Amino acid sequence: MTDIITDAEEAGFANDRTQSNTLGEATRAYVNRVRGGDMGALPAILGLIVLFIVFGLANDRFFSALNMANLITQAGAIIVLAMGLVMVLLLGDIDLSAGVAGGASACVMGLLIAKHDQPWGIAVLAALATGAVIGLVIGVLVSKLGIPSFVVTLAFFLGLQGLTLKLIGDGGSVRVDQEVIKGITKNNVPVMWGWVFALVIIVVFALLSLRSHHRKVSKGLQHQPLAVVVAQIVALAVILLIVTYVLNINRAPNPGFVIEGIPYVLPLVAALLIFWTFILGRTSYGRHVYAVGGNPEAARRAGINVDRIRISVFVIASSMAALSGVIAASNLGKVSTSSGGSNTLLYAVGAAVIGGTSLFGGKGKARDAVIGGLVIATIANGLGLLDQASYINFIVTGGVLLLAASVDAISRRRRSATGL
Amino acid sequence: MSTTPLLELRGINKSFGVVHVLHDVDLTIYPGQVTALVGDNGAGKSTLVKAVAGIYPLDSGEYHFDGKPVTVHGPKDASALGIEVVYQDLALCENLDIVENMFLGREVKTGPVLDETTMESKAREVLASLSVRTVKSVRQSVSSLSGGQRQTVAIAKAALWNSKVVLLDEPTAALGVAQTRQVLDLVRRLADSGVGVLLISHNLSDVFEVADRITALYLGRVAADVATKDVTSRQVVELITTGSSSDLDGASAPSATA
Repeated sequence: MTDIITDAEEAGFANDRTQSNTLGEATRAYVNRVRGGDMGALPAILGLIVLFIVFGLANDRFFSALNMANLITQAGAIIVLAMGLVMVLLLGDIDLSAGVAGGASACVMGLLIAKHDQPWGIAVLAALATGAVIGLVIGVLVSKLGIPSFVVTLAFFLGLQGLTLKLIGDGGSVRVDQEVIKGITKNNVPVMWGWVFALVIIVVFALLSLRSHHRKVSKGLQHQPLAVVVAQIVALAVILLIVTYVLNINRAPNPGFVIEGIPYVLPLVAALLIFWTFILGRTSYGRHVYAVGGNPEAARRAGINVDRIRISVFVIASSMAALSGVIAASNLGKVSTSSGGSNTLLYAVGAAVIGGTSLFGGKGKARDAVIGGLVIATIANGLGLLDQASYINFIVTGGVLLLAASVDAISRRRRSATGL
Repeated sequence: MSTTPLLELRGINKSFGVVHVLHDVDLTIYPGQVTALVGDNGAGKSTLVKAVAGIYPLDSGEYHFDGKPVTVHGPKDASALGIEVVYQDLALCENLDIVENMFLGREVKTGPVLDETTMESKAREVLASLSVRTVKSVRQSVSSLSGGQRQTVAIAKAALWNSKVVLLDEPTAALGVAQTRQVLDLVRRLADSGVGVLLISHNLSDVFEVADRITALYLGRVAADVATKDVTSRQVVELITTGSSSDLDGASAPSATA
């Protein structure tokens, strides 16, 4: 064997270590993992920090509360779209139609509100159902007929743009003039509630982490050192408190007005992040998604219905795209014929890949979408502040995407070389 | 043998179109024993294994399990009986860790949530009971394991489900000397714990080292079913290559007439 058995045979399973003893050891193990090519979200987080420093130095308005709030509402739609795409990417598939599926779904919502006087709840449900149906058809075509997802979704990318054009009519757009829908990005959580939510999340996260750590220790299971657990809690607390503080500053440009509080889109994204993290990490459905992405044949032999999993991720991706379309419509105040078109989808794929989701399947997390989405939105936001021509934005974003994909490919090679 | 066979197939026939792959094959697996299934390429070993596992339906023949006749219509029926197959190409997911792989498709849950505590303890218990000492952690991902370690995990996965019969399809084919040693020890321990093991192998030295009985297939027929101690390596080679051995006076007369 490659591993040499040395010490302590008494357990009969002697080389199974249930914990890395010290913080130093855990850090070294992490460094080794990163060196071996298992970088996770690290490049994206470093990139985000660099972007923040560069744009912060280049323009003093970048760090203003107003701009930070803008950044978050801009990132919202990208993050939600990317979160759905992570599911598809986990299987090694791609959904090129997700952006326009979101546009078409938002269009259904807009028309129901504007032309048919439906309540917003019905309209949003109809949008989600539209997305789900689109995803179902794509999933069935991919899994049952065996057409590559690239081709199926490219066809939908074209077809759905036609559908949106037909629904809206030539050159026009549908105004979304509904308080709740607009409120997703325009209204803010009351300052006090913002603090309460932040504190509740921190306390719950801390309790759950510590309880899980305690249980693992008492049952003799593999666990991280306590210091790492505490560090994670502290990091989350610091980030949440800073974000809450900045967004609770009055950011109204004119004196006499007050705009303060967390835009509602942020708790929405947070809830989705928690939900999908739970589904992927803690349920057998999530486990099966990873298994199908890693080795479909093994999954099939383990009794997993591979086709059903494949269909389900396309349904999820398109439904999340519909939600993303609703958020984008809220931000723009309208649905137009180009909603969800042009670079929307590529931004979202870029976000997922930059966040650390592999294009080769089997590796990725819901949080990748959040981190990567923030990187993409920061580039657009920062370059916008610098009054750069929009061609720069395209070139820089394309470059970042290429960089992220290279990191993914190289880290994959290193992983297979080092066996990590 | 004094004990009742765990698994007994009588007069199995299987054809694919006009190709008659298995002719009246008998196969017996005893608890606590390693039965080796040997035969040249195309002798029908893999077809027989897949028939046992329920992947191929039988054309004719009897399938007895634990002394009782049963019908096996699919892999689910076979695993419900306690029959596990470890395939040559392993069927592990590289991106999942050892525990996740061992419980794949059969996760332990409390409500909708995965019960990682139970799964990890149980996986560790099984690995310990098989004296597996080569993995650093049950939480390391399978991509970081060597070929032998992966084979070990695959076998331990089969042992996890209180299985009564484990079929191993060429478990040592791709392994080095030390790793082969390790896997063979594991196969022996598995049988010693009361499991009936069917070992498919090309490698006669492996077979002689670990098997209690040898069933030789020749062109889809059973050439011999003998105790390992009653035959020599040369005789087995004859059985594999010609279907009969002139000086074999084993208990089971060669039924091959081809």
